[in-house]
Amino acid sequence: MKSIGKYFIFIGSLFVKMESFKTYFKLTMEECVLIGLNSFLLVALVSTFMGAVSTLQTAYNLVSPFIPDYIISTVVRDMMLLELASTVIAIIYAGKVGSSMAGGLGTMRITEQIDALEVMGINSASYLVLPKILASLLMFPVLVIFAAALGILGGYLAAVMTGIMSGADYQYGIQYLFVEYSVKFALIKSVVFAFLVASISSFKGYYTTGGALEVGQASTRAVTESVIAILLADYLLAQMLLTS
Amino acid sequence: MIEVENISKSFDDKDVLYDISGVFDKGKPNLIIGSSGTGKSVLLKCMVGLIEPDIGRAIYDGRNFTASDQRAKTEIRREIGMLFQGSALFDSKNVEQNVMFPLDVLSKMPLDEKLDRVNFCLSRVGLENTNKLMPSELSGGMMKRVGIARAIVNSSRYLFCDEPNSGLDPQTAVKIDELIQEITVEYDITTIVVTHDMNSVVGIGEKVMFLHEGHKLWEGTKDDILDSGVEELDKFIFANKVMSALKRN
Repeated sequence: MKSIGKYFIFIGSLFVKMESFKTYFKLTMEECVLIGLNSFLLVALVSTFMGAVSTLQTAYNLVSPFIPDYIISTVVRDMMLLELASTVIAIIYAGKVGSSMAGGLGTMRITEQIDALEVMGINSASYLVLPKILASLLMFPVLVIFAAALGILGGYLAAVMTGIMSGADYQYGIQYLFVEYSVKFALIKSVVFAFLVASISSFKGYYTTGGALEVGQASTRAVTESVIAILLADYLLAQMLLTS
Repeated sequence: MIEVENISKSFDDKDVLYDISGVFDKGKPNLIIGSSGTGKSVLLKCMVGLIEPDIGRAIYDGRNFTASDQRAKTEIRREIGMLFQGSALFDSKNVEQNVMFPLDVLSKMPLDEKLDRVNFCLSRVGLENTNKLMPSELSGGMMKRVGIARAIVNSSRYLFCDEPNSGLDPQTAVKIDELIQEITVEYDITTIVVTHDMNSVVGIGEKVMFLHEGHKLWEGTKDDILDSGVEELDKFIFANKVMSALKRN
C-alpha cells in the first residue's frame, strides 16, 4: 500500500515546477524516436508471426464443413484487434522499453545524475519521466495499430501460402461483421497500457538505491509489475467496455 | 557566504549529524574533512537540499534556504554549481552538451552566446577541443574538469565539491584542487569542498571544518591544523603515512 501511495505522489510530482513547453516537446520527440521507432522492427516481427500462427491454429480447430473458410480471417482479425495487438505487444513493450526506462533512470540515480538535475533547480522527475510517458502515450497506440495491421497481413500470407483459403476469402472474412468499436477498444487499451508501462517502469527506476545489482533488480521489477498491471487492466477494461 | 545552523540528521534510528553549525566564507575554499562515514556528504546534501535536515537550516547570503518554499529554493539552487564525486555527467550528452545543459534549461541565451560561454568555461578548466567527446571517452581527471566547467557555466555564486579528488592520481588531484582554488578566488564565489584527502587540506585548506562521527570537533585553517589538540583530528591527519613520516622528522 505504501508503494502504491508513493507511486501516486510520484505521478503528482511530474506536474509541479515544470520546465518550458519547448523543453518538453524536444525531449518528448527524442523519446518518441528512442522508444517508438526503435521498437517497430520487433513489433513487426512478433505481430506478423502472431497473425500467421493464429491463422494456422484457427484453421486447424475449425474442422466443421458448415463453417465457411472466411470465418478464419474474421477470428484472426478480432483476436488481433481485441487482444493480441494490444496486450501481447504491451507485454513485449514492457520487456523492451520498460526495462530500458527503469535501467536508464536507475543508472542516472546511482551515478548522481538525478541529484545533479535537482541541484540545478530542475524537477528531475518531471524533466526525465514526463517526456517518457508522453512519448509512450503517443507511440504505443501507433505500434498497436501497426501490429494489428501486420498481424492480419501475416495471417493473409500464411493462409495463401499454405493454401488454407484463398486471398479473396481472407479479405472477405476480415471485412465480415466488422465492428468499428473493436478498433476504438484496442486504442483505449493501448493508451492505458502505455501509461502503465511508462509510469511504473519510470517509478521503479527513479527510486533505485544502491549499485549495479539494484539497477538490474529495478529493471526486472519494472517488467514484472508492468506485466501484472497490464493483465489486471486488460481484464478490467474488457469487463467495463465489452460486457455492458 | 553560507551559514549552517544546528543541522542534525538521522536516517531511521541512526543519527548521522549532530547539531552542526558553521560559517563558510566567500572567496576562499572551505573544506569539510573527516573519515569515511562521518556525515560529510550528508551535511553537503543537507546544505543543497538533496536531503532535508531534521533540525537546523542553511542560509545563503542571508536567505534561509531550508525554510524557503519551492520557488525560492529553486531561485537559490540556480545559483549553485556542484561537482559530484563521480562527476555525474549525463551519459547521453557529449562534453559540450553537458556543459551547456544548465544554460539550455535555465537561461534564454542565444545559441552562439551559449557556445561562447561553454568554450570559455572549457578553456578555463584546460579542456579546449574536447567538445564532441562523450563522457565514456574521458579520463577521471577530465570528467572532473568537465564537471567543474558545468558547475561554473551559469556564473554560480556557490560551488560545492563532493570528494573532487576521489579516484584520481596525486598529480591530477593537486591540479583539480588548484583549479578549484583559482576559480573560487577569480569569481569570488563561496566554495565548499568535502574531502578526506590531506593533500587538499595542506594545499587549499584556507578554512577547514573537521567532522567525526557526525559531530563537529574542530574548525580552523591549514596553518593551525597540526596544533588543534583534538585527538581524533590528529589520528585522522597522521593516518596518512606521508604526514606521519613528516611528523617523525
